[in-house]
Amino acid sequence: MKLAAKFFLISLIAGVTLTGNVSAAERFIVVASTTSTVNSGLFDYLLPKFTSKHGLQIRVVGVGTGQAIRVARRGDADVLFVHHKKSELAFVRAGFGVGRSDVMFNDFVIVGPGKGKGNDPAKVGQTESVISAYKAIANSKSIFTSRGDDSGTHKKSLSIWQTALKMAPSSNGVKWYRETGSGMGATLNIASSMNAYTLTDRATWENFKNKGELKILFEHDPLLQNQYGIIKVNPARHKHVKSKEANTFINWILSTEGQAAINNYRLNTKQVFFANAKK
Amino acid sequence: MSDFNEAFSAAFALILSFESSLAEIVGLSLQISLIAVLLASLIGLPLGAALAVFRFPGRTTLVVILNALMGLPPVVVGLIVYLILSRSGPLGTLGLLFTPTAMIIAQTILITPIIAALTRQSTETLWNEYAEQFSSLGTPPKETVIALLWDNRFSLVTTILAGFGRASAEVGAVMIVGGNIDHVTRVMTTTIALETSKGNLALALGLGVILLCLALGVNAAAFIINEAAIKRHG
Repeated sequence: MKLAAKFFLISLIAGVTLTGNVSAAERFIVVASTTSTVNSGLFDYLLPKFTSKHGLQIRVVGVGTGQAIRVARRGDADVLFVHHKKSELAFVRAGFGVGRSDVMFNDFVIVGPGKGKGNDPAKVGQTESVISAYKAIANSKSIFTSRGDDSGTHKKSLSIWQTALKMAPSSNGVKWYRETGSGMGATLNIASSMNAYTLTDRATWENFKNKGELKILFEHDPLLQNQYGIIKVNPARHKHVKSKEANTFINWILSTEGQAAINNYRLNTKQVFFANAKK
Repeated sequence: MSDFNEAFSAAFALILSFESSLAEIVGLSLQISLIAVLLASLIGLPLGAALAVFRFPGRTTLVVILNALMGLPPVVVGLIVYLILSRSGPLGTLGLLFTPTAMIIAQTILITPIIAALTRQSTETLWNEYAEQFSSLGTPPKETVIALLWDNRFSLVTTILAGFGRASAEVGAVMIVGGNIDHVTRVMTTTIALETSKGNLALALGLGVILLCLALGVNAAAFIINEAAIKRHG
């Protein structure tokens, strides 16, 4: 009995001191987002601007799009900020979110071995479209790594494979197609060490430090545009959702000010995110 | 080799610059793991000692289970705690997911079996020596447990350190329940995972060196205090 009391007391003190010094004084919302927005440094640039103006802390949980959607479905976030329009609309249709707005876009690129002897074995650099680039990789049986998780990037890659080969390469167990089952960064690390091709968003690629012999071999296809959307988690479904605060953040990011901040963000002097919210 | 040189210089540069963000991350790591060790010790030490002393049906099964739980995969613990603390889970109303408290809970679950099982092991050895003495004196069970723990205190320090090592080094559980949120739930191990995913391998390894130094510091401090205590009371 005494022990149980002690345990409670201590966990109480621990809980209070810990949450006390980081959150109790501050208002915050949780945003479920993707690794690309976190790893690229975009949020590090955007959020202080927002927080200093509105005094609202934004806590970003950066995971793959699929996982972010599941986090939001369970009500563990107030706002969802991801990049797979089809899943986003399904999320809203199922009643988990209210309203979906375009925020910005970036694009995907194909990176692969671009230096030295093994220079672009599939010759994707000479192809005209992303579909023929994928076909060229399949025809030359060059190693291609894909994330194999439920992320927006993986879904995009699968849809390109579907168009190029009329099937997912994983379905017939080919050796050159390898699903890593991990995030974009980990997949790039693997591609870098195997000199493999992979599809990545440009922002993560630009900020990636372990490129090895990889470089961008194919880019600029309309199919490779990557649209980001923002959705408020439905307060009718999850009572605790901080609706007012969520609106403040969403309205800011869609405002002229928020959109300009996105356009002003530079990664290695390059603009990687392009604001395109509807006025 | 150059990779490792780069990692070490990254580590030294980080320590020398003493960035406030690094101090924050290190501080949070220590805070979370030390509280988890404290809670796990409060549960694990008496539990382990009681298992060593008392004989009851199913005791052997319990000991085996406890030993097996030392190998609890952190990711699984993380998932279970996530599902419990999630807004859609049984304790969702507390709003603890993605907070340091959630990380403490996960680490406590992870290391309590380690502390309890190792305590059971070392206390049982002691109990085999003292059993006759205690029963001839007619010491009540509760006092027996306390006396054994007290007598065994110097070797239990290592047990507690083993728990601390596991808590401060694991990444799977705290990543899931903490969410690796900047300035809120970002600790050493999740930072290392994040920097690795950015391809900053030298920086990641450099942070690993700092984490190792931290473990070394805690262990050295425990060792010195323990030695001093043995000299005085031993």
